[in-house]
Order: sequence, then structure tokens, then C-alpha cells
Amino acid sequence: MSSQALFSAALLDAQLTAPEVLRVPNEHLEQRFAVNRNNVISSLIDALADTFPVVQQLVGEEFFRAMAQIFVRQAPPTSRVLAEYGAGFATFIEQFAPAASVPYLADMARLEFAQLTSLHSADCTPISAEALQALLADSEQLSQAQLVLAPSVQLLSSRYAVVDLWGAHQGHGALNSINPHQAQCALICRPQWQVETTAITAADHAFIAALRKQPLLAAWQNIASQHPDFNPSDALGLLLRQQAICAITLPTSAV
Amino acid sequence: MSTASIGRAQRPACLAHVGALPAQAGIGLKPQHVAELLAERPSLGFVEVHAENYLVAGGPLHQQLQAVAEHYPLSIHGVGLSIGGEQPLDSEHLRRIAGLVERYQPASFSEHLAWSSHGPYFFNDLLPLAYSQAALERVCRHIEQVQEALGRHILLENPATYVQYRDGDYPEAVFIREVIERSGCGLLLDVNNVYVSCVNHRWSIADYLADLPLAATQEIHLAGFSEEREPDGGRLLIDNHGAAVADDVWQLYQQVLTHTGPIATLIEWDNNVPTLQRLVTEAQCAEAYLKQPTQAIRV
Repeated sequence: MSSQALFSAALLDAQLTAPEVLRVPNEHLEQRFAVNRNNVISSLIDALADTFPVVQQLVGEEFFRAMAQIFVRQAPPTSRVLAEYGAGFATFIEQFAPAASVPYLADMARLEFAQLTSLHSADCTPISAEALQALLADSEQLSQAQLVLAPSVQLLSSRYAVVDLWGAHQGHGALNSINPHQAQCALICRPQWQVETTAITAADHAFIAALRKQPLLAAWQNIASQHPDFNPSDALGLLLRQQAICAITLPTSAV
Repeated sequence: MSTASIGRAQRPACLAHVGALPAQAGIGLKPQHVAELLAERPSLGFVEVHAENYLVAGGPLHQQLQAVAEHYPLSIHGVGLSIGGEQPLDSEHLRRIAGLVERYQPASFSEHLAWSSHGPYFFNDLLPLAYSQAALERVCRHIEQVQEALGRHILLENPATYVQYRDGDYPEAVFIREVIERSGCGLLLDVNNVYVSCVNHRWSIADYLADLPLAATQEIHLAGFSEEREPDGGRLLIDNHGAAVADDVWQLYQQVLTHTGPIATLIEWDNNVPTLQRLVTEAQCAEAYLKQPTQAIRV
């Protein structure tokens, strides 16, 4: 193994001793190597703590750092951009038995990672309400038009009340009044420079997800047939308010 | 590849020496200080950001950096290119860095004599390399590749280290001199790193400085360290960027300035980040040293 391969292996595995290719001016190679090892592991745990503040609040700092340390050693970042680190943390938490007593912990991690992704997504100029109204009034175009969602749009569907739980950790609502076992869906997007997280119905969730794949009218009809409570004007109003639609596209033949 | 084939003559001649940073004191930009910085506009020579923090598609970070760059010269400081790595540079990462440099046209781009990636993983730390002949050739190739991708000369920072490799052909400062002479890059002299490494490895600071190509210095970094006692009673300094600049480092800075003349100087304080006012005060302290008349002897 090359010297950097040896160094790398020993950084991640605390059972390994410092590589023999190294030297120090005294007898304390292990202590010196531990400085680098600690820099690596603790800076990556810090990065996760920055990305998942509510997950940390839910389990406490000590538990969080112990859990994150295991994740960091199993799955160090593969990108040099730390804003992209932690995509697999939710799945890891799901399988991390000591965290099983907080069943919604993994979904909270999903929510917080979606917020981070939304925060750093590409900027876009939203369409106006008038543009959407004009489309809705034009039955020929409406049958073919597809809405392009803002790059910041993220969706989450959870078996738990993750939006309310997250909100309570931001000082909105009392934690003890929330039934965590109430399923909730979320729309996460960034109308301007701040990410907003909104609880939405399962029908709205299905509709917004369908808009990514289908023309507006097809998505509308599909969801209406599956969800009797679906209210398309509410859903479209929400998307407009949240500046979550950035274009209307039409097949070239229809233009 | 032979040593000669990566010598000075092989350097692309078209690389620009982009407008240098002013010979004043600057600070690292922290997101929590941006609003206050834009409202108060304290007198600073420049601000510096870590490149990898801004390799995102959009959002508030770019909006803030754009606003700050309208008022202050900008230095972009990379921490992830892994120039000292045994493996080839990550070309996708280099492409993203080049895009950032193209977008902001900073007065300076700098990186480290260190590695931070191996195999598929990024370690988020600046790790030491063996100063061998092979490493010298590899580091020069990597710098040339970066300079070509960025279309400009870069600055290379001397590292703070805690361990050395048994096999090596060069003392660290000589290795740095060789790299700078061959690749044509400038020196980002981190005075705190000089102090930390010399104390940790029991090197002579005077010898280290004498071996460095101080005339190639285009930026200086100052930062704070933390200190531990090893079981044998020796000092182990950790470059944690988490405290005020130590008195010994201010003295060394003054000494360095007599060789280099006034040079753009950054206060780095990345952990336990203080108030903006405290950072600006620290920068003013550096500014006072920069304004002191020195008998600058260009070495």
C-alpha cells in the first residue's frame, strides 16, 4: 500500500495504529497521529451537526455525536463539497438500532437534508399568477402544457408528523400537543433566500410529484380520480405563493 | 517524467498574473457576519472565502458573496483540490473550481501543499505528504494542471503538520522552494503554520525561513493555535484557527515583513468564531504592522 493509502486507512479505523512510514521527534507518534484522526472525524461530525440540527436536538448532542461518528467511519464523504454530505444519513439512522426509540428520527433527517438541498439549489425566476391564469383559460394549451417546478422544490411524505415536530423545534407550537404518529407530507422550497417548509395534503404531495412527470392536466385528472379531497386550485395557489413554478413548457407542435 | 521536463521552461507562457491582493489586512468571510459587514463596511483590504463552501448551484451564499465582492477585493482559498495527493486530481472538482473562479474573478486563488482525498473519500483535513523526488514532480504537475484550468497562477500555502514521513528527499521549506521555482506559483506564507510546524518538529524557524522563497510571497495568513503538552513535556501545537494570533506569531510576522515588505495579510478565525468587530480589530493589528516602516530587503 502507498503511504497515503496507509494513512487513509488508519484515519478511518481507530483500531489501527499510526502508519509506520511516519515519524515524530519523540516517542508519541500515536498521540500526534490522533490529531489528524480527530480533525477528520470531528470536523465531519460537525458538518453533520450543522446539517441536522433538529435530529441532534431530538436525541441530544452526546447521542448524536456517537451516532454520527459511526456513520462518518462507515460512509465518509465522497464529495469535497460538505453541503453535499449526509444524503445517506437518514437511511443509516433507520437501521441504527439504538435510535429505534425515536421512530421519526430518520424522516427528520430526510426533512433536514431536503431543506439543505433546497437552500443551495439553483436560483430561478417564478412565473406570475397571470401567466398561470392565462394558461388555465386556454383549453387547447392546457391539455398539453407542463409546469416546470423550481429547482428548490423538494417533497417528503412521512408516516410521522415531521413538519409539526420540526416546527416545534423552531419555536412554533408546543411539542407536547403533537401526535407524532400523525402522517404528514411536506413541500420544501425556497421562495427567495430562505427555505420554507409547508405541511401539505397527501393529494397535493401526489399532485406536485406528478407535475414533474406529466402535463398539468393529466396530473390534475389522475390525482382527482385517486383523491376525492383533491383541490387543484388550492394546490396551484400554494405553488404560486411559494414561487415554486419557474416555467410553462408546451410541446413544439402546440406552440 | 524526468525532473528537467517539468522545469521552468515547460510552463505555459500564457498564464496571467491576475491583479494581486492589496498589501493590506483582510478577514475570512463568515456567513454570520455578512449582514453586519455589508451594513458597516469596515475598512478591510480584502475578504477571503473557502472555495468549497461556494460550490453550490445557487441560493443565499452566492447572493451574499456577490454583494460582498462588490465592496471588497476577493481571495478564494481552496481546501479540497488535494494537490499533494498521490492520485490524479479530481477533474470534476477542478472544473467546478474553475467555474467559481470564472464567476467571481477573485484577485487571488490559493491552495495548500497537502492532500485531503484518497480513493473515493474526502477527509476534510489538510494532510501531510512525504517530501520525495516523486512527490515533487507530482505536485508540480498538479499545480500546472490547476493553473492551466484556471488560466492564472495560484498561490501555494505551507502546511501545519504534526507528523513527518520517514522517507523524504527534501526538508519541507526546500521542497516548497523547488515547487515554486518549477511551477511558477506564488507563496501563501502562513506564518502560524511555520511556527506550529517548527515547534512540533523541533525545526529551526530561522533555517525554515531561510530556505523558503520569501520573495515569492503574495499573501500571508495569521491564525491562532491551541497547545498541548506531550508526555515528555514537549509542546504540541494544533493549528485550529480557533483563537487570537499568538504573541510569538505576531513577532514572527514582523520579522517576515522585514524580508517581504508589506504583503496582503489574512486573519483566519474559523472555529469559535468571534464577533465581526473582534475580527476587524485583529486585522487592524496586522494593518499596523504593515504600515510600520520596515527596511524591506527583498531576498
